[in-house]
Amino acid sequence: MNPHELFNCVTSMSCIVTQASTGLIIGALLFLVAAGLTLIFGVLRVINFAHGSLYMLGAYFGLTVYRMTGSYLLAVVIAGLGVALFSIVFERFFIRRIYDADVLMQLLVCYAFILILDDVVKLVWGAEFLSMGMPEAFQSPPLMLGGGIIPVFYLVLVAAAGVIALALWYVLKHTRIGKVVRAAAHNPTMTSTLGLNTQLIYAGVFACGGLLAGMAGALAAPVRSMSPGMGFSILIESFIVTVIGGMGSVSGALVGALLIGMVRSFGSIGFPDFVEVLTFLAMILILVLRPGGLMSRRHA
Amino acid sequence: MNKRTPSQTLLPQPGRRRLLQGAVALTGLSSVGIPAISLAQNKPIRVGMPTILSGRVATLGISSSNAARMQVKKFNDAGGFGGRPIELVIRDSKGQPQEAARVSRELVNSEHCEILLDGEASSGAFAVHEVARELGVLCIHAISETSSLSADPKLHIPNAFRTARQGIHDSIIGGAFAGRIAKEKKLTQWMSASPDYAYGRDTTAEFFEYAKHFNKDIEVVGQAWPKLFQPDYSEVVTRLLQKRPHAIYSCLWGGDLSSFISQANIYAMFKNRAFFAVNMADYTVLTAVKNLPEGLYSGNRYLRSFPNTPANHAWADTYRKAYKDLPTNWSWEAALGVDFLIEGMKKANSADGAKIAKVLPGMVIDSPFGTNGKITMRAEDHTIVDYALGWGAISSKEPYMPNPSVGDWKQIFELEKEWKKSKGYI
Repeated sequence: MNPHELFNCVTSMSCIVTQASTGLIIGALLFLVAAGLTLIFGVLRVINFAHGSLYMLGAYFGLTVYRMTGSYLLAVVIAGLGVALFSIVFERFFIRRIYDADVLMQLLVCYAFILILDDVVKLVWGAEFLSMGMPEAFQSPPLMLGGGIIPVFYLVLVAAAGVIALALWYVLKHTRIGKVVRAAAHNPTMTSTLGLNTQLIYAGVFACGGLLAGMAGALAAPVRSMSPGMGFSILIESFIVTVIGGMGSVSGALVGALLIGMVRSFGSIGFPDFVEVLTFLAMILILVLRPGGLMSRRHA
Repeated sequence: MNKRTPSQTLLPQPGRRRLLQGAVALTGLSSVGIPAISLAQNKPIRVGMPTILSGRVATLGISSSNAARMQVKKFNDAGGFGGRPIELVIRDSKGQPQEAARVSRELVNSEHCEILLDGEASSGAFAVHEVARELGVLCIHAISETSSLSADPKLHIPNAFRTARQGIHDSIIGGAFAGRIAKEKKLTQWMSASPDYAYGRDTTAEFFEYAKHFNKDIEVVGQAWPKLFQPDYSEVVTRLLQKRPHAIYSCLWGGDLSSFISQANIYAMFKNRAFFAVNMADYTVLTAVKNLPEGLYSGNRYLRSFPNTPANHAWADTYRKAYKDLPTNWSWEAALGVDFLIEGMKKANSADGAKIAKVLPGMVIDSPFGTNGKITMRAEDHTIVDYALGWGAISSKEPYMPNPSVGDWKQIFELEKEWKKSKGYI
């Protein structure tokens, strides 16, 4: 433990800039994955344990498109859409059958798909890990701000995550689609009685979750190597974020992701051997103080 | 009168009828019995190979089983052992020690394998070692690099051998190289970023022990321990940056090392800073990392150019042709395991594991992976020595390590002895 180093850090502008921007970056990517996870849970009441695999698919789709076109933007968009399309099929043929099943059955089906998708990736892209490499447009030296270091590429990632978060908030809060989704989440029977196609809403929400996970996978691809099974580690962190923010709350996912990002970033300075423990401690603390999560409706 | 001995009197005299019966029986045997005997002589020698064929390390497990298959095919095509081919029975342990033990036991008891070629990483290798101890089968550990597996006398069994490199050898050579470069470039402040498990902790500690042994000015100012398969290293990178070290050591490997370099690159972490990554010089990483930074040093894992001999070039080319892929560190280690097994069979003139185990200690074989074209199975601890070992600066294209600093085995033996004494192994 180095609490004095943490103290030195929070009293130094350069350290604050570097570590805060790092926390923001970690949080931004976590948010994209966790937002989809929590959105699906909030509306469908299904814990999609295969959500990490959607992130993995997004990374591989993105790599393929990038290799074919050389365009990172196109890679992110097509990866997101590709995973969204896959999610519709996944929801229609498999998840729909387990809406009313107990959580163990849901876990079993999702776990089966984790294994299947890992093997599919192995068959299509091979078992070896792959890297996309940094797109030429972002191969520039990092920015220096107040003595702190901020990589240009990470600024792009944070901006992209910010735009996606804003779009998601706007759609959910200020559009008819958003109202319908919230209605389906609140009372699916009544929504159905009013003549709205809840099956379509569910498929749409699942696709939206897949879109977010797929885009996150492709966005992170230039700096994270890809390999079959890569979705598992991001899934655990996403669950922590979801629990902290409140199951079903997208704004909670944002707060939770940023909190975890900051804990990891500043924790690595003061408590380098306990960074993992710190994230779990944060989760336990929230569970004790606000069992429903930071932004759960019960506490809102 | 002719006197007869008792035996002669007791033996029935074969009459014509009996002779005919005998001839018929002999004809029958020639169509049934004799081929049965020759079938037994051509019975394949079954060698069980537990290894990791699924999960994050699958790529290495596949590369090791490929290399073992390649050596076995070459041997079988040349006629095998007196007409008996080797049959490799490969099973997936999924990288789990308990599964490695179960699979190994099954290979011997149910699949009737007479020999184990252990393709497990360290965690599984110790489990396989205990199975070999229990069942008494010949076991060649081809992958585990943890020094204690062969160095600790408490673990020693007469039927187990190792054809993998050893962590302590890497550390001594790495430490000597790092100490020299540190002196030349005045790199005194060091940090490390290694995976948080036994291999990462032990290898890092040993590297710094020898780096300090060769250069007293080296000071370790901080260490970061990211967890295995961590997707994001941002906080590790910024922690390293905050301390502004002159040099960084890492024993991250595979996709983790590739991710770490990509993420550190965008912080310009390698600018005016040396990076010593022991596991860099393996084709899986070298071909995956885009934008390889300057100032990067590595120990050799497997390179076609090291040792830079026609035999090593030919072996790498054959592998590449056979599998449309490049060999890895695990590949040469597994290939060497098969080579020692074959040479052991020839010397013992038997496919019996117990007899092979008696001739392996001290055996020297010709090998493309040897410093001088030969590798020795050291008698005292059943582990290989004289294999090609070195460190050097890494470039982004073949030969990747243009000017390697070749390890001095005399120096390794001296310091290894001291290390063994300090550990209470001798």
